[in-house]
Amino acid sequence: MAVTAGRPKRGALLPSRLTDATNSRIGSLVLYVIRRLLWMIPVVFFVIVITFILMHSAAGSPWDKSGGRQLSQVIVDNLNKKYGLDKPVFQQFLLYIWNVLHFDFGLSYQYQGKSVVELIGGGWPYTATIGVLAFALIVPIGVGLGVLAALRQNTRVDYATVGFATFSASFPNFVIGSLMIVFFSVLLYKWTGGQFFLPAGGWGLDDHLIMPSVTLALLPIAYTARLTRASTLETIRQDYIRTAWAKGLSERLVVIRHVLKNSLIPVVTTLGPTFAFLVTGSVIVETVFSIPGIGRAFVVAVTSRDYPMILGTTVLFSVIIAAANLVVDVLYVFIDPRVRLT
Amino acid sequence: MALPVAAVEGAPIDWEVPEQQVGLWSDAWQRFRRNRLAVLGLGIVIFLVGVALISPLLVHFGIIHDPIKQQVESIETPPGVNGHLFGTDILGRDTLSRLMLGSQVSLTVGLLVQGIIFPIGLAIGLTAGYFGGRIDNLLMRFTDIWYAFPDLLFVLVVVSVWSVNGPWFVQLIPIFGAIALVNWVGLARLVRGQVLSIKEKEYIEAARASGSSPLKLILKHMLPNSLGPIIVTLTFGIPNAIFLEAVLSFLGVGIRPPQPTWGQMVADGTEAIYANPTSVVFPAFAIGFTLLAFSFIGDGLRDALDPRMRR
Repeated sequence: MAVTAGRPKRGALLPSRLTDATNSRIGSLVLYVIRRLLWMIPVVFFVIVITFILMHSAAGSPWDKSGGRQLSQVIVDNLNKKYGLDKPVFQQFLLYIWNVLHFDFGLSYQYQGKSVVELIGGGWPYTATIGVLAFALIVPIGVGLGVLAALRQNTRVDYATVGFATFSASFPNFVIGSLMIVFFSVLLYKWTGGQFFLPAGGWGLDDHLIMPSVTLALLPIAYTARLTRASTLETIRQDYIRTAWAKGLSERLVVIRHVLKNSLIPVVTTLGPTFAFLVTGSVIVETVFSIPGIGRAFVVAVTSRDYPMILGTTVLFSVIIAAANLVVDVLYVFIDPRVRLT
Repeated sequence: MALPVAAVEGAPIDWEVPEQQVGLWSDAWQRFRRNRLAVLGLGIVIFLVGVALISPLLVHFGIIHDPIKQQVESIETPPGVNGHLFGTDILGRDTLSRLMLGSQVSLTVGLLVQGIIFPIGLAIGLTAGYFGGRIDNLLMRFTDIWYAFPDLLFVLVVVSVWSVNGPWFVQLIPIFGAIALVNWVGLARLVRGQVLSIKEKEYIEAARASGSSPLKLILKHMLPNSLGPIIVTLTFGIPNAIFLEAVLSFLGVGIRPPQPTWGQMVADGTEAIYANPTSVVFPAFAIGFTLLAFSFIGDGLRDALDPRMRR
């Protein structure tokens, strides 16, 4: 009995040790998140600075008309006054930063009487719908194809997946979108005599969504599938997988419980870039399919030199991307216990 | 020309063997040649370069149609009608000759942008990696910020702001600048990483101990040893640059007409997509397969130049 008394009580010691470890981990996680959030401030500030400098280094003014009648000097002066363009550039910059801190992104030059916040708010539902749908396609299809290809390595399934991934990674999404319109809108319409086809553009909550979201999702699917395949191939060569097989687990159990859980860890890191891609992809896809979202609004703003709109959308996009990267990094800590926060 | 492997291995260490250098490259070439897709990609690219070079001559001598001449009698013809092998577009311009002339723009952008990125990325990456400390820290913070900026959006803004008038190669200058601005960071990061890992190697220590100057260390030891990954990165940069230029043209802020570009042709084709879908299909496939060819070459080079792949 003396021996037992001298031995540390397992039941008492272990949980408290565990809680300590968990507490410090969560503590450092909170610090990490705060630090990353603070780091977003200089990032967004620099994005504004760079875009602002670019805007103001442009030759000509936003009121120049390409060809045809120019505005009279009086009107130009009044417009400059209205939008604060008559002030020194540095003062404009400070004013802009001050307004941004109050969530005021200014008035659009292009759409009279509309603020940038209103315009972005108006386009947001379209962009978000397409983005969410694409995301819902990317993860299951990309991961599924990748795992399947790795488990059936060097078979037709594998070659087909790798081929598909290589092709869709090389074809830009405006090319894929245009080709899809040719096949599913034009040719399908002709072949079926107008019975069955997909609409080439516009908005509606039905078949209008299919082609835009597939176009947007295709490249991330290819990317995810490639990465999942590589990481699964590495996982199935590990000793613990051999052990799992050796102790007689069914294929289903080995794949789901042992292979998938480990091979999906690196895949999570791609979700950050995927999100960034969905944001920039929306610019192209919304143009191809004439969807009135933020991406389309950005292109219109760029071609018509609508400076406040360009600044507003750029800031929004970079905040979204920075936030998505932060979420992914935090998610990673939860998924992989080996990750150290630095 | 390479020495037999056994002879090299058996020979005493001779610091002045140029054959060693030749051996690396010819070895890489051997492995590259065995990769059928890479050779196919190389073939396509050589073909495209040929097309881009001779198409102005072909137009000059009237062998192919003038790409900017509007033939009103044959608007939106399907392929093979009226001597238009690939048909015509909405303004009655020959699709085939526009495709051939358009390859000039894509290839120029793809190849020349790398020529701009290479010295910038190399210089900054080498400096940051070699000297470390504050310069390195500054570069890495800068890179972090740069990465928050979606490159397509940045290129769009820059090109819309800095557009210039003139012939197409003059119009290309801001596009070069914009694409290089977003892409040098990746190369600088890669070079920095390479230098950081090579810096700790014994042969660098030996060279430093024997009194080599920093410049000689960088140029004679670090650069040649990190050249493989740099070449691969530059090769993968080519399709990226071509893609960005095509998107710009497609969105209407790139090269302005009359010079045909592939992105512009896709955009023009979608205007009348129901009347003549082929005027979209041909330029779309031209873009896709060109990018594919370059990424095949990139894959082949990566496998060929990776020392771990050597038998």
